[in-house]
Amino acid sequence: MAEHGPVEGAQPRDGRLRVFLVDDHAMFRAGVRAELGGHVEVVGEASTVTEAVNRIAATQPDVVLLDVHMPDGGGRAVLDAMRRTHPQVKFLALSVSDAAEDVIGLIRAGARGYVTKTISPDELTDAIRRVADGDAVFSPRLAGFVLDAFAARPDAPVADPELDQLTNREREVLRLLARGYAYKEIAKELFISIKTVETHVSNVLRKLQMSNRYELSRWAADRRLV
Amino acid sequence: MPRPTTGEFPISSTVTPPPPRLYRAPEHRLAAGVAAGIADHLGISVVRVRVAFMVLLGLSGLGLLLYAAFWAVVPLRPGDAVPPRRDLAQLLPFVAIGLGVLLTQVMVFDSVGAAGTAGWLVAIIAVGAGVIWHQSAPERRRQWGESMPVPWLGAVVEESDRRAFVLRFIGGGVLVAVGIIGVAAVYSPAQNFDAVINGVIFALVGLAGVGVVAAPVLWRTWNQLRSEREGRIREQERAELAAMVHDQVLHTLALIQRNASDVKTVQRLARGQERSLRNWLYKPTGSPTERFAAALEQAAAEVEDTFAITVEAVVVGDRETDERVGALVAAAREALVNAARHAAVQTVSLYAEVEPDQVSVFVRDRGKGFDPDTVEDHRHGVRGSIIGRMKRHGGRAEIRSEPGEGTEVRLILPITGAGSATERDR
Repeated sequence: MAEHGPVEGAQPRDGRLRVFLVDDHAMFRAGVRAELGGHVEVVGEASTVTEAVNRIAATQPDVVLLDVHMPDGGGRAVLDAMRRTHPQVKFLALSVSDAAEDVIGLIRAGARGYVTKTISPDELTDAIRRVADGDAVFSPRLAGFVLDAFAARPDAPVADPELDQLTNREREVLRLLARGYAYKEIAKELFISIKTVETHVSNVLRKLQMSNRYELSRWAADRRLV
Repeated sequence: MPRPTTGEFPISSTVTPPPPRLYRAPEHRLAAGVAAGIADHLGISVVRVRVAFMVLLGLSGLGLLLYAAFWAVVPLRPGDAVPPRRDLAQLLPFVAIGLGVLLTQVMVFDSVGAAGTAGWLVAIIAVGAGVIWHQSAPERRRQWGESMPVPWLGAVVEESDRRAFVLRFIGGGVLVAVGIIGVAAVYSPAQNFDAVINGVIFALVGLAGVGVVAAPVLWRTWNQLRSEREGRIREQERAELAAMVHDQVLHTLALIQRNASDVKTVQRLARGQERSLRNWLYKPTGSPTERFAAALEQAAAEVEDTFAITVEAVVVGDRETDERVGALVAAAREALVNAARHAAVQTVSLYAEVEPDQVSVFVRDRGKGFDPDTVEDHRHGVRGSIIGRMKRHGGRAEIRSEPGEGTEVRLILPITGAGSATERDR
């Protein structure tokens, strides 16, 4: 799990981040491209899984904005194909769906964050920057899902406490995220540095990806998500 | 001796020979070539087979039944030209033997006892086996159906058209009915336990035979019904989706087109439509009068619609509502309304968490904010609807706000009593 800043040479000379768009709706790609135009450099677009896999390998972007629902397997398939071969490319899921199974599924597949398509352009630019810096981006809703997942069964037997339990601090951070606080507001509220907040959030993401399959699948099954 | 006589069965010789099977052998036949065919197939003398048939006549005419059954289901050997004439002279000895066996049987067993029942049983099993064999060779069956001199008989064995199903079902039903009536008529006067057992066996065997005949048809009919039902369900879902899109989405889009210049209205319409579609697609249905999460989300939706803002609602856990939880929802609604009215923002966050010992709700905006100390006493919104209401129901409310920093309303309701922990699971 690379979380120590972008790889050398990944950024162009003017410092703008290189972003790749994967979405099967051309209109939406055009809209995002227009919104992002000034702040990041959009180096490519793809509308299918195969096209995405090929073009991402060719263009080597910093961040890929990934749609969840596409024909032929969707964002999940792109993630599965790219993650091993190109670990330096960060993926930010950008979807119209905020259903728990989509969100958790993409995060578990290795996306570094998850935002919905109703996000404002400024927030999207900020999310891209954070993901490129190796941080995790949690929407309030995603924080809610995680809290739900880990809080629903406090007494459940846990195979690997290191990975499966959130610390109290992480829970606090997630609660504040779910309440709509920005990272810097959380830092102020908890009297810690922004960097610490980001570390906590990244740890939650790591636990979410690594937590044992059994717990999460049972959580999903309990809610009839799978 | 009523030996069956055969008609001329035209066989198309263009069919490629299938793998070796039992065929009637017309070139050595006496009657229909059954015995010759069996002898060829088993590699034994024809005479032995014929004698065996004659001896079996002693079991209530089993030999004759078997012969008729084989004749009915065993096809002519393909590729053979018109069969040669029957050799009547050779037929005579076997007729004689058959008569003798029958006479002996009548003399020895005067009545239809257990032996007779066994004979019928074996005969029916033979017919059933013949039917199964018959159905295992579709090519032969088709040929057989074509070569049938009587059309309706062909329809009985041909199973590819609808009329044949009906004929089969009616035939099977009649057989079962006749069998049961026969058993009742023959055996009920007898007070003998053996006869009753025989009757039951007979009836069961008859039913099994009908089952064997009808099984492929029933199976296929069931499959057809299932696929039709699946298709109907898909069609129903499609129709429901089409109705939803028509009633809501298209009308909303039309309204948006007509109000394109009014940003507020467009946002309100789009947001309302998004929420409705989202609920329809992803949300499990919950009654707002019964579940806390559903009630809270409904309150958020009302505020969204009324004030054309976005409420980002996140609810962790759920529980049933009661009077106190209802008050909490009402207080949260009031906080949302305040944020929508005074904060001058587009987005308000709503977070609720159901814990074993308390339910908490947070309403936060990043709008103008205010100084809580300067709120005048006559403003009832905050004091009465939020703080007062929470106090009356045993909870508490905190309002944190600074000018320029936005506002957060925290509502905490302690839960007392058992069973609250289980309420956390949806």
